[in-house]
Amino acid sequence: MHIVVCGGIVPDPLQTLEPVATAAGPGLKNELLLPAILDPWAGCALHEAAHLAKQCEGSRVWLVSLGPKAKLQQVMMSLAQKAPFELVALDGPAHGFTDAHETAALLAEAIVSIQGLDRGRLLLFGGWESASRGQGVTLQMVGERLGIADQFQGVDRITLRDDGSFEVMERVEGGRHLVSWCTGPPALLGWATGERAEPRNDPQMGMKNMRTIMPALQKATPVSLAAEGLSYHDVRLPLQQRQTRIVKDMPPAEIALEIFDWIAND
Amino acid sequence: MTDTVLYLAHTEADGSLSRASLEALTVAQTTAAGLHVSLVVGLFGGDVCDAAASVGGCGASRFFAVAGADFASPRYASDAAAAEAIARATDATIVVAAHTSRLARVLAGVAFRLNGCIDTHVSAVDSSDGSIAVARWFYRQRIEGMARRTQRPWFLVIDPGVATAYVGPSVDIEPETITVLVPSTRTQTVGLREASAAEQTIRPDAALLFVAGAGWTRKQKDGQTHTEEAEQLILGFLGATGASLGSTKSLTDIAGEGLAVLHCLSHMNQVGQTGSTPRHPKGLSACCHGEEPHVVGWRFIRERRAVNLDANCGWARGKADVLYVADAFEVMRQLNGLLRARETSSRGDRQPIYSNAS
Repeated sequence: MHIVVCGGIVPDPLQTLEPVATAAGPGLKNELLLPAILDPWAGCALHEAAHLAKQCEGSRVWLVSLGPKAKLQQVMMSLAQKAPFELVALDGPAHGFTDAHETAALLAEAIVSIQGLDRGRLLLFGGWESASRGQGVTLQMVGERLGIADQFQGVDRITLRDDGSFEVMERVEGGRHLVSWCTGPPALLGWATGERAEPRNDPQMGMKNMRTIMPALQKATPVSLAAEGLSYHDVRLPLQQRQTRIVKDMPPAEIALEIFDWIAND
Repeated sequence: MTDTVLYLAHTEADGSLSRASLEALTVAQTTAAGLHVSLVVGLFGGDVCDAAASVGGCGASRFFAVAGADFASPRYASDAAAAEAIARATDATIVVAAHTSRLARVLAGVAFRLNGCIDTHVSAVDSSDGSIAVARWFYRQRIEGMARRTQRPWFLVIDPGVATAYVGPSVDIEPETITVLVPSTRTQTVGLREASAAEQTIRPDAALLFVAGAGWTRKQKDGQTHTEEAEQLILGFLGATGASLGSTKSLTDIAGEGLAVLHCLSHMNQVGQTGSTPRHPKGLSACCHGEEPHVVGWRFIRERRAVNLDANCGWARGKADVLYVADAFEVMRQLNGLLRARETSSRGDRQPIYSNAS
């Protein structure tokens, strides 16, 4: 099985984000100084890919990532300790105001050029939405470009069968899952949280991974995103500060009564 | 080029349109009116007759449909083919659709096939000046902005809850049927499965969201954890109010760390940065902590109240309307008592409604 995981990098969610206007459109203040992580749902996809690869002998996992090279390197230092993979890096902007259509074209091109990738055995993984642009459209467009007509989004589980087919569970409305069967690769899976906890750091795996990751980073193709025909305005932080009434020293029974009345009052 | 606004929707299993779809129709109507262009309707599904009748009075100039057993269940290949055929037949330049799981799965691919563009999670469409700008969130509801595009067709996928649902008289409509050759697919839809064997606790239509935080599994005043009681209190509250259950990431992650867990929760309940951002009129949180990134989970909750022990907690201060600094176990015990009393009272017993609130 050949698994390609598409995953970008995003600022650590605990960082303060502030939009600024740049010559190329909106961006984040001090963007290059913010510590970055692999996009959380793409991270879930990578963990699932590593788990799946373990089950199938001869499997390979690639991570295709578009981001500023220096930030990619920083993220890879820790990510390399989580799961075995080969990196395909594209050196370009990765913030939330880039255009998904252009990003998809670049990612598809990078996937096509992977040496040794058997597209007949391809499972294309990624997060179902990013924590930056949050559109949930890039992966589908990559899939279309690669001619993959079996696509699943919001995936929480894949179960392989002996005959090479698999069952997929996708999140749908009302906290339920849609269950589908697919006869086998190629297929595209946009992952939600999945079922695997984040693996513990494995320094030995990290060192082994970095032997291939560093050369891949050095070879990262510089790309630019023009976002033609797309413009933004009024990009700002939401004004959501509320005047909170803080209630101290009120007996629980009175609090309960107040909440009860509030719930009942439509 | 003169715009044509296409309202695109799929039917539900019972042949109706979902509330989110009817909300998107309202957006499509106002968009078409703002642009002074015609509105057309495109529906796909197993049987679209009832759905077409339900929106027959929406003012659309034409109605198109792709129907049949092949389009009854969600599946990428068939749904994308149906949506593509409708968009091509209508020559639409603006396509408005609801952000349902079924459409979110396929519309990016359809936009690509039509050499168009797409924006999802749209929270508002402004067509007041004769051009279109859409509002959406970036960085998981932490930054908002407006976008314009020159490329067409432009697919606008509208988030549920941002518009009122279309209501109109039922009008018998004979939609123009489009025949679509179903592409060969290797995927077979099996059906829906509940997230767990336990009672479903995610209720998108509920008037109230209850958000449980990690504090429910921490040691309490007696130095012990009380996760079983916490679970009973939460489930009791949900049962009495019909509320939907949300959870912070830290609470759902606890299960992965092998610590005491609430069995009624899974990652499906998670709200926030890596979870959902549901829309409900009211939200009550208990034992939730954290700063801005964690709080996005209840950004779209209109009225918010919180119960926790820290008066300065970033989850509530400046984010909630009311913060009760109190032990959530005690408050929820009392609150469940009141709710039980109301239930008993409404069944005709003579017990006063607030009997156990001393």
